Parts: sequence; structure tokens; C-alpha cells
Amino acid sequence: MPSRRLRLVGIGTAAGAFSALFGVGGGTVIVPLLIFWLAYEDREATGTSLAAIVVIAALGAGAHALYGNVDPLAGLLIGAPAVAGVLAGTALQQRLPERFVSTAFAVLLVTSATVLVLS
Amino acid sequence: MEATDLIGLLVIGGAAGVVSGLVGVGGGVLFVPGLVLFLEQTQVEAEATSLFAVVGVAAVGAYRQGGYGNLRLRDGLLVGVLSPLGVVVGTVVANEAPERALQILRSAPAVLRLSLGAPGDAQRRGGSIRGLERGVMFRP
Repeated sequence: MPSRRLRLVGIGTAAGAFSALFGVGGGTVIVPLLIFWLAYEDREATGTSLAAIVVIAALGAGAHALYGNVDPLAGLLIGAPAVAGVLAGTALQQRLPERFVSTAFAVLLVTSATVLVLS
Repeated sequence: MEATDLIGLLVIGGAAGVVSGLVGVGGGVLFVPGLVLFLEQTQVEAEATSLFAVVGVAAVGAYRQGGYGNLRLRDGLLVGVLSPLGVVVGTVVANEAPERALQILRSAPAVLRLSLGAPGDAQRRGGSIRGLERGVMFRP
């Protein structure tokens, strides 16, 4: 059985690979792997995933900025309501049963996977 | 920009934030189509702009989760810092593997999640790889 640190290495690598392959932040990979490999609770996994995503997205956005692909104004326009949304989402999450959180996660994954395979 | 486009951006941004806070993703899954649809950005521009927005959203979300006692900062930073290793692996695979195989691989997390059931079960099994195997065997 790989050590705890080795599993974190594996999760980081998997997240980066998915991010490069599909242009997503990696949260869809990090959350389930933290839960199944490191026995995280649901809420802990989502909070820790967000911290990892900060680093991953900053690296990705920085690289894209070098190519001039980032539109900061558009980013603020869609990001500002999202910051309000994430405050609401995290507050709401504390009040919901964990079962609901994992169900919401499964719905998100199945929906995005279905759209991708069908498209 | 039309008023309807602006409203669309604000609504999809807010929705992405709620999803981000609830399930711990960055929100790019909604940002990217929103930017393509309402600002007519190209796919690459939308992904770049989405990543830029995700930094702020995830930072605020992680900070709040820290306040709620749901953040293991060292683990999160370690996963994030190691991700460039995976970017190299992913880029090589993307250039070597056929397109269809990638689309199917993309659905792997959903399949994994469904076949294992609720995470609470995983914890009772010890959250180990052995538990993961047992979970697969015992579930239809």
C-alpha cells in the first residue's frame, strides 16, 4: 500500500494530467481521490480540493497569460458573482447532510461526462 | 455586449460559485461554456479566462472552508504544487492517444464514483485501496 505522501503525489499528478487533457481545474479528480485514498470526509475533501485548485489554476492562468489568452475584465465579470456564489455554496454545504454533497457531486460528474461523450 | 449577455454571465458566474462551494470544484465546467456563449470567446480564450477567474473563487472558497474546519492546507498545497508533473504526463497522452479514448477516459471519475457508492461507506472500509477493491466487488 503506498504511503500517504505517495498517494498525494499520485493525486496531484492525476489532477494535473486531467487538467491538461480536458481543460478543467482538476477538482473532479481530487475530491473522489482524497475520499477514497486518504479517507477524507466529504467536506474536508471539497475544502482541500479548493486549495489545490488555487495553485493549479494560478499556474494555468499564468501560462495562458504569457500567450495573451486571458481576458481579465471578462474574468472579473464572471468571477465576481462566482465569489458571492462560493460564499453561499460553502455556507449551504455546512447545513446539508454529507450524503447530499456526494449526490450533488455524482450528478455533476455524470452530467459533464455524458455531455462530453455525446458531443 | 447586450444586456442579456451580461445577465447571462452574472447568472452563470453565480451558479458556478455555488457549485464550486458545494462540491469543491473550480467552476470552470460552467465558466467555459458561459464565456463561449455570452462573450463569444474561443475555446482557448474561455479556458484561459476561466482559469483566471477560478483562482479567486477557489481561494475564497478554501479560506471559508478553513474557517469551517474543512481544510487540510498542507495536503492541498502539495497536490497543487505536484500537478505540473501531471500536466507533462497529460500533454504527452493527449498527443499520443486517439481522441475517442480521451472522451471516454474523461468520464472515468463519474464511473468510479458511481461504482463505489457513498463516501461514508469508503470511510467505514478504511478509505484504503483494499477498501476500494472491496467496494467494487460488493457493489452491483
